Amino acid sequence: MGREPASGSRRRLDGTRESDVRLRSLVAAAAVSALGISLVACGGSDSGGSDGGSGGGDQTLTYWASNQGTSLDNDKEVLTPVLQKFTQETGIKVNLEVIGWNDLQTRIQTAITSGQSPDVVNIGNTWAASLQATEAFLPFDGDAMSAIGGKDKFVPTALATGGKEGTDPTSVPLYGLAYGLYYNKAMFAAAGLQPPKTWEEMVTAAQKLTIPAKKQWGMALAAGSYTENVHFAFINGAQNGADWFDAQGKPTFTSDGNVQGVLRYLDLMQKDKVANPSNAQYDNGTKSVNDFATKKVAMVINQNNADSSIVANGMKVGEYGVVPFPSPSGGKQVASHVAGINLSIFKNTKNKDAALKFVKYMTDAPTQTTLGKPFASLPVLKDAKPVFTTDAAEAAIFQEVYNKMSKPLPLVPAEDQFESTVGKAMNAMFAKIATGGTVSAEDVKTALKTAEDQVAASS
Amino acid sequence: MTRATTQRRPGLSRRLPYLLLAPAVLLELLIHIVPMLVGIWMSFVKLTKFFIANWSAAPWAGFGNYRLAVDVDNAVGAGLLKSFGVTIAFSLITLAISWGLGMAAAVALQPPFRGRSVVRTLFLVPYALPAYAGILTWNFMLQRDTGAVNHVLVDNLGLTSDRPFWLIGGNALASLITVAVWKLWPFAFLTLMAGLQSIPRDIYEAASVDGAGSIRQWRNITLPSLRPVNLVLVLVLFLWTFSDFNTPYVLFGTGQPPAGDLITFHIYNASFLTWNFGSGAAMSVLLLIFLMIVTGAYLLITGRRSRRA
Repeated sequence: MGREPASGSRRRLDGTRESDVRLRSLVAAAAVSALGISLVACGGSDSGGSDGGSGGGDQTLTYWASNQGTSLDNDKEVLTPVLQKFTQETGIKVNLEVIGWNDLQTRIQTAITSGQSPDVVNIGNTWAASLQATEAFLPFDGDAMSAIGGKDKFVPTALATGGKEGTDPTSVPLYGLAYGLYYNKAMFAAAGLQPPKTWEEMVTAAQKLTIPAKKQWGMALAAGSYTENVHFAFINGAQNGADWFDAQGKPTFTSDGNVQGVLRYLDLMQKDKVANPSNAQYDNGTKSVNDFATKKVAMVINQNNADSSIVANGMKVGEYGVVPFPSPSGGKQVASHVAGINLSIFKNTKNKDAALKFVKYMTDAPTQTTLGKPFASLPVLKDAKPVFTTDAAEAAIFQEVYNKMSKPLPLVPAEDQFESTVGKAMNAMFAKIATGGTVSAEDVKTALKTAEDQVAASS
Repeated sequence: MTRATTQRRPGLSRRLPYLLLAPAVLLELLIHIVPMLVGIWMSFVKLTKFFIANWSAAPWAGFGNYRLAVDVDNAVGAGLLKSFGVTIAFSLITLAISWGLGMAAAVALQPPFRGRSVVRTLFLVPYALPAYAGILTWNFMLQRDTGAVNHVLVDNLGLTSDRPFWLIGGNALASLITVAVWKLWPFAFLTLMAGLQSIPRDIYEAASVDGAGSIRQWRNITLPSLRPVNLVLVLVLFLWTFSDFNTPYVLFGTGQPPAGDLITFHIYNASFLTWNFGSGAAMSVLLLIFLMIVTGAYLLITGRRSRRA
């Protein structure tokens, strides 16, 4: 080209051809690399650090724990001494990672898909049948079960959540949980209210205790959390006598009982106006519990692990009471699903014996007693007493709900899809209500039909 | 001796370029081509939760996954189509604003003045920040009750009595575009600024002697001179925006609103929420085909125009 630095006009006059070819190949190269990135990014976001060194002989287990305490750090603090004791007793080291609920399912999926898995993992017990279907987990057959102390040590309803009926479970119960309606005793006394026994009483009380001038609301809902929302879809449907799957494992989301149950729960924000529309952005249960603990709301429906967060936020035992989450009058007395956390071993573990030892240790009475209080869990072992609260009445209520008023979530492989599709649909409906829209029974039915189609499409 | 060297040389010089290229080709295969091929394979099998622990056992699905993705009467297909529409709108608006801001800032900072480099640096800050940290901060600012945006709009300025939601409902798309522009426009600015440096000042001087105003100068000198830069810039901005995953993922978390349902995030959800990776892969391939068509058409049209010029 030119001997002198090409000036702008020169370039346009004589350089068109050459620079154009160069330019087009440059554009093409940029495009190809950007396209490649887009497809690779779609292919799967592999969250790093999934293997924590499950290397052969040094007997180190990798353990993924779920978030049970007030924060991920709190979980770490609580578990570390317990794991150290295990190491002292057995010589087996445990590499701990605590994973938040919003990430746990994806992390487990990624681990299954890639084979880069931890040895032992906490799972939400409602996922048990779905995860069992992946065949990535060790079945607790006769030998494995006796290695962890035999199935007779567990509460039968808790153990029944471990997998599909009539199969060897691929998970065993670790922490038992149940829903309860927490209420602020002082607020109820000031308004001359009794703790509600029916849904209608609960709504009336909530309306009385919704005082805009004091910025006080009757209830707080984790209305942006799909995992919480789907539990209430299930429980409210069950109170209407409806099921979400038929005997063949096919979804029956749009049955009338389910539609009305979902609408009843949505109406707490929409029609009854007892919950702050901002709740539609509460993407986990801790946020609604914190509102209760800081006395911004009079009631919250949560699992009993709320105790640790309530107390951590400064509310004292005795300032709040608990009653079973009420059914509408004439409805079925279902106050919770059989909630809880199970423990699973990945089938491809290189440390099977050590993993079994660890599961036995975690589900033995002393460890259960140690962890029962900080994680506010119900005992999963026969003959064990709840230790999560000093309030005997509260302990008795939760024990009663767990043993007698809980219905297990459907133990079908598509259960996880039920959770995500119906839960997300509820998120969207709450968002619509919060931003000024209305959701009718017909809208609920349409949303549930969409969820049903999504589940059907991938089963 | 001399014969030996002349004999050895052709062989080596023939092989050397390939040897030098080999590492790049190998990495390209590993990083781009192989995952892409695996993705295409995945789109033809029923890769559901029953098979993710053992991919090879997944049964062949033929075009089943594709049929599902394009069947707009079904919830899956209808959802994908809606998400596609949202993404198109999002990309075009984000692209237009980012380019406009970048161009305006680049031109404004062209003439030297005191503190110019400080302002330039300031403008580049969003580009230098780690994306996650920046988007997370936006997430905090856009909260309804505790966010800085509502604090300013409602509490300080009293523009509305009702606190608007920014991350759910209808405002979600506007929030998403704002954050995406904030993240993207410094790149447009940087690229255009670099492009401006190569336009000689004497053309502008000549133009102003001839009586051309600054708008005329921009249209007749700046814009044509930046044409090669703009060609690349617009395409890259479009592709980046269209396949943006981080912004919706970090901004909305698990509660993504329908108004901000971008296609990459939609595909991620379709794969990870329903554990149907075959269906997700089919959607990815469709996305790839679409972007390839857009890119091809763009290259064809711009190529033809410059040949005519």
